[in-house]
Amino acid sequence: MDIKLTIDGKEIEVPQGTMLLEACRKAGADIPTFCYDPDLKLAGSCRMCVVQPKGWRNLVASCVTPAQNGMVIETESSDVVEARKVVLELMLARHKLTCHTCEKDGECNLQDYCYRYGVTESRFAGKVHNLFKDDSNPFIERDYDKCVMCTRCVRACEEITGARAINVMDRGHHAHIATAYDGSLEDSPCVFCGQCIMVCPVGALSSKIAAGQGKPAQNDKVMTTCTYCGTGCTFELNVKNDKIVGVTSNRDAEWSPVNKGALCVKGRFGWDFVNSPERLTTPLIKENGEFRPASWDEALDLAADKIKAVKEQYGPDSISMFSSARITNEENYLAQKLMRAAIGSNNVDHCARL
Amino acid sequence: MTNSINELENDAKCVFLIGTNTTENHPVIGYKIRQNVLKNGAKLIVADPRRIELAELADVYLPFKPGTDVALFNGMMNVIISEGLADREFIETRTEGYEAMAKVVENYPPEAAAEICGVDAADIIKAARLYAESEASSVCYAMGLTQHTTGTDNVKSCCNLALLTGNLGKPGTGVNPLRGQNNVQGACDMGALPVVFTAYQAVTNDEAREKFEKAWGVKLSGVNGLTLTKTINKAYEGEVKGLIVIGENPMVSDPDLHHVEEALDKLDFLIVQDIFLTETAQKADIVLPGVSFVEKDGTFSNTERRVQRVRKAVSNVGDSRQDWEILCELSTRLGYPMSYNSPEEIFEEIRTLTPSYAGMTYARLEGKGLPWPCPNEDHPGTPFLHKEKFNRGLGLFHAIEYLEPAELPDEEYPIILTTGRSLYHYHTGTMTRKAKGLDEYMPENVVQINTELAKDMNIIDGEVVRVATRRGNIELKAEVIDGIRENVIFTYFHFAEAAANVLTNADVLDPVAGIPEYKVSAARLEKIQ
Ligand code: SF4
Ligand code: SF4
Ligand code: SF4
Ligand code: FES
Repeated sequence: MDIKLTIDGKEIEVPQGTMLLEACRKAGADIPTFCYDPDLKLAGSCRMCVVQPKGWRNLVASCVTPAQNGMVIETESSDVVEARKVVLELMLARHKLTCHTCEKDGECNLQDYCYRYGVTESRFAGKVHNLFKDDSNPFIERDYDKCVMCTRCVRACEEITGARAINVMDRGHHAHIATAYDGSLEDSPCVFCGQCIMVCPVGALSSKIAAGQGKPAQNDKVMTTCTYCGTGCTFELNVKNDKIVGVTSNRDAEWSPVNKGALCVKGRFGWDFVNSPERLTTPLIKENGEFRPASWDEALDLAADKIKAVKEQYGPDSISMFSSARITNEENYLAQKLMRAAIGSNNVDHCARL
Repeated sequence: MTNSINELENDAKCVFLIGTNTTENHPVIGYKIRQNVLKNGAKLIVADPRRIELAELADVYLPFKPGTDVALFNGMMNVIISEGLADREFIETRTEGYEAMAKVVENYPPEAAAEICGVDAADIIKAARLYAESEASSVCYAMGLTQHTTGTDNVKSCCNLALLTGNLGKPGTGVNPLRGQNNVQGACDMGALPVVFTAYQAVTNDEAREKFEKAWGVKLSGVNGLTLTKTINKAYEGEVKGLIVIGENPMVSDPDLHHVEEALDKLDFLIVQDIFLTETAQKADIVLPGVSFVEKDGTFSNTERRVQRVRKAVSNVGDSRQDWEILCELSTRLGYPMSYNSPEEIFEEIRTLTPSYAGMTYARLEGKGLPWPCPNEDHPGTPFLHKEKFNRGLGLFHAIEYLEPAELPDEEYPIILTTGRSLYHYHTGTMTRKAKGLDEYMPENVVQINTELAKDMNIIDGEVVRVATRRGNIELKAEVIDGIRENVIFTYFHFAEAAANVLTNADVLDPVAGIPEYKVSAARLEKIQ
């Protein structure tokens, strides 16, 4: 059954049970959020998403308040704006403001909302917590001096990956994100999937593999399919100056139908082999047991000559080809076509069985 | 897979994993199965000689002896039949061959099966009931099921189980091989196999051959070709004289590496097209530098048959070339000119010859891709197969007896060695060993040894030991764990410097599929002093 409500003067209808946040967004309101994540259980803890229902005494957190028939909502009233500013100031009070060197610069919710509400400094400032976690793992940087305690990482770790490596430790002012016993990720059930980085709204969690090579907000993004296992996860290659500098998630099921942005350690952190100095850059021909660089014409002519000579002397079935489970469909098609049509043998296989 | 990946998270009420260490080898599928158990209360059955991560969540965990899969399936089916849990209607309307299968299965009461498999009969009974009584049960497997001399039998047994309980053709059911490599499905679909053209059209079928002869304008051979493992053997015997290898590394991935090396040494020529100077490329006469996945356009087909786009993000490295261009150049020089303007143009040709891809275009693949079969441009693709009927009409039961693995432990080699992959590496390590984080996190191979066995042999965690088989031996660190059967040891095959495939057996293959028995070799563990 649908219910009707008015949001910023606009009447809309939503199904019963819809949360106010969704209703507001449907009405075109831009509601800021930290702890809300469409794929995770609701936390309702950051209070950034507050809105004002007419006639109610208090502002409500829209992400956890069901819409009711007849409600009249204001999403940017002066009370709402003031409340959101307080939330931001409290966050700034314990935030290491190093935006210039932060990987999240340009797509950070805290930065964006401070800009939007003109919050430059905090009335509550003073306490530096020193929560940076010196974690020797090669994949994930954990700088909790930038953490806003939204707990999205904790929920993603549990509800997407199921690793339960991290949780909230201690209460109140001392609350922070930690593994059991506050140790390193390597000594926890962490599987380095990086789902926590994917959901973190600020720069508290970031990729060590991509660090310093280009801020994701400034990189070009190209959607592609993972080159490792057969699951077929898709992700965004981050490109800067014609170089791969990182991998980020696209959480839209239309573009990431299998994994919805979730990845494993190989997909998220295993891409840098493409930049290895050991990549082959020129054809090679072996002479007297040693390779020497060759031109394409020379190498291809020699390859063709060798194939032709063997085919002439021993027939086409004396030649075999191993195509590859790594290369594309188009390339596999051409490989078997070459073997069958140009050489004349069905001796083509790949390592499906290995 | 007969069914789609997301059904494992949303639709399956019971998931039966056999021979798949899903959270390490298909991590994202592993997450989904785990969430289905945790959030929706799906039942989970795990059969694996190693206590894999998902075993911790399992309702039944069967640490069965490597290579006894058929006995396990037959035991479960025996319970299902004798307890009246079979889906009679499905069997009558959609299958044939039931009687012969049931007759064989009679010989495997749970106690007998349990004896062969080295597990409790009560657990076989419990697993059988869970699988048969759940509303939708899905069985998933990987190389743990197939890399045996009886691999084909194992897969057929798996199908028997699904047919017996009607667990096919519906969401959340199916027989679901989880394929280990990004485009192994696509390579098969594209006819990179010795017996078929694209879409599994047999090279021995006159009609199929005529179709391709017409399209390609050339006479084609109707003789089945050599599989990969046979090629190596024939090269060793001197019958195969020339080999072209594209993006594969048999010098690490194939069984019995000493044998592989000798075979490659005998060739008149070896041409390797790759992105790194792999162990195999080092043996080549000519090396042709192709490009990596970030430098190319094209498509991959994942394990659920979904064809998805791969997109070029950066330029070729140095003077390397697009793999499709290299193939065109080579073919042209061989007197069979090939020329295309783009991978999309190649795809257009593919779909005219490949019925299951006929309805796909790059434009249609743009967002979330399409799972085949997709026979025409209005077809939405097929998330799960066999809805109303099987390809052959009726689903066929196979009567299958348990056969022992080819190489059983004996006095000299008393332990079973089994091999596989780690979460942190991929196949022969050509890529992951050059990924900084992955190689730093897991820089070397280990052999997993049961605590009791280690205690008996006085081996401590981290100590370097020697593993020997009839083929050879390697030295590597011991990882002493509880979660592995006592007389089984496990090692990874990613590491060229301590290569597991020095140890594995190339002599015995599955007679149908030609798969080597990577999961069972008789081995000996030695202390080094
Ligand atoms: S990397 Fe994955 S497993 Fe590790 S803490 Fe983050 S979400 Fe959890
Ligand atoms: S680390 Fe990031 S995701 Fe986790 S609680 Fe802090 S801000 Fe939120
Ligand atoms: S990200 Fe991990 S699970 Fe996904 S396709 Fe790549 S290797 Fe497989
Ligand atoms: S987003 Fe609603 S309370 Fe955090």
